[in-house]
Amino acid sequence: MVATPAHLLPSVGLPSAAQLGNEEVLRIRNDFPILQQPVNGMPLVYLDSGATSQNPLSVIESEQEFYEQRNSAVHRGAHFLAVEATEGFEDARATVASFIVADWDEVVWTSNATEGLNLLSYSFLNASLPGAAPEAAQFALGSGDEIVVTEMEHHANLIPWQQLAQRTGAIVRYIPVDDHGVLDLEAAESIVGPRTRILAFTHASNVLGTINPVERLVRLAHGVGALVVLDACQSAPHMPLDVKDLDVDFAVLSGHKMLAPTGVGVLYGKSELLNAMPPFLTGGSMITTVTMEKAEFLPSPQRFEAGTQKISQAIALASAANYLTETGMGRIHEWESVLGMRLVEGLASIPGVRVLGPEAGVERLGLASFDVEGVHAHDVGQFLDSRGIAVRVGHHCAQPLHRRYGLTATTRASTYLYNTTDDVDALLEGVAAVRGYFGA
Amino acid sequence: MGLEQLYQQVILDHSKSRHGSGLASTAAPEGAASGQSHQLNPVCGDEITVRVAVSDGHVSQIRWDGAGCSISMASASVLSDLAEGMEIGEFTGVIATFRDMLRSRGKVTADPEVLGDAAAFEGVSRYAARVKCAMISWVAAEDALGQAVSKSGK
Repeated sequence: MVATPAHLLPSVGLPSAAQLGNEEVLRIRNDFPILQQPVNGMPLVYLDSGATSQNPLSVIESEQEFYEQRNSAVHRGAHFLAVEATEGFEDARATVASFIVADWDEVVWTSNATEGLNLLSYSFLNASLPGAAPEAAQFALGSGDEIVVTEMEHHANLIPWQQLAQRTGAIVRYIPVDDHGVLDLEAAESIVGPRTRILAFTHASNVLGTINPVERLVRLAHGVGALVVLDACQSAPHMPLDVKDLDVDFAVLSGHKMLAPTGVGVLYGKSELLNAMPPFLTGGSMITTVTMEKAEFLPSPQRFEAGTQKISQAIALASAANYLTETGMGRIHEWESVLGMRLVEGLASIPGVRVLGPEAGVERLGLASFDVEGVHAHDVGQFLDSRGIAVRVGHHCAQPLHRRYGLTATTRASTYLYNTTDDVDALLEGVAAVRGYFGA
Repeated sequence: MGLEQLYQQVILDHSKSRHGSGLASTAAPEGAASGQSHQLNPVCGDEITVRVAVSDGHVSQIRWDGAGCSISMASASVLSDLAEGMEIGEFTGVIATFRDMLRSRGKVTADPEVLGDAAAFEGVSRYAARVKCAMISWVAAEDALGQAVSKSGK
């Protein structure tokens, strides 16, 4: 029997009570091999964690350890490795469930958050088709029904709903954002009504950095009997997340944005809802009895996990969750707020730079998207790259939101627990030099 | 490699001067067959519309409107200077040469005799993410040229 590695045990070290600061962040950074390398002859300043975060050594090792010692198919086979793999896989589920304060059977592994949202959309479509099981009727959509999203959604939390609406005759409605990147809640109250069946919105905007008032929106949706889908991609990695306390019906998150590898994400759903939903992908591992004519399905989470799963990635995601828990999600959130404020204040003071989202001094994630007058975002990103600074450029998968602000592309700097104030200052110094270089 | 090899001075200059821009405000020459093509780079949202007019076997006019990064705007500007007055067959050859250079990942050296100012985009071929920026107006021109040629009955 191979002992469960320490990084998979549910009891992790308690985080320090002290606030995170540059000194501790530099120690944290030492855990991340990729951040030790120079880029273009300069020390790497990685400010693109909003797109993909980096992996600490413990996460990389957890995946390697699986392949070296426990690799096997899960939920089948009576041999030693099969049992080891299954235990590791299910322990990982329990760890990630506890990270978001859910029960183990409410955590469905997906390839990423996009797949989680498509799972919901296709399951609801299946529920809307003739012959759907009676318990699935609560998810069925048709003409006259409305799906409400916000103007600040990532395409992943928009297009699956557009597609579902097109196929069922429902319509998609949008809660607008104001000039400072804040949802118009008065408008929300008039948009969400008796026709609303689903309210899908992001916990925190990947472009604006805005943190949305989840409780208020949940009350609004539940008041009219609508289901709530929360995109937690930008919140789960950066702040404490308690899906039970928020009372959302569904939530999705993405492993690679929270120190884990790509290829794994989570769909959370309230157990009674998941068990009433029709499956999306079907095949092996998700059935009870199969005849030549039909099949019966397992309850959640296996109900939604057809085929061989991403086992090592799930184990690595649990390891990442443990790393974050040990560091302290509250501390990470506080530190990134400091970095976010510094970013916004610094950027806003550079002539010709316009920052999207909440104004300086207002709470936001540790990220900022901005426009540099006279210089295209692609050129801004290229210029910063020559200084070893990694940022994201483009529309950040949010075209309607950029259109709302009259832009096609912006530059985004996004921080994480391994970024110091020096990283932010390096960015500010770089951005201040951009317009001079391009003669803007 | 340094930023200067990507952003050569000729690129920075053309990105501001934008020769040939003003499609909407200029009519195609009378008697010429013309084609028009709109191209979009979904990665960054850059877009460009290029109109190519041909007469007597030559490119008689190129006009474009677009929004994008310095590489894409400079490339459209250089393209306009280069193509106007060029024999159609020669122009398609230049487009192919430009494309081969950009796709070569730095392996093909640009010949200024053939490419003129477009040779300045040699450095772009080492930046895979930027190849599309340099290519977008040329793809539009190629498409517009094809339409113009088929309209002219050649």
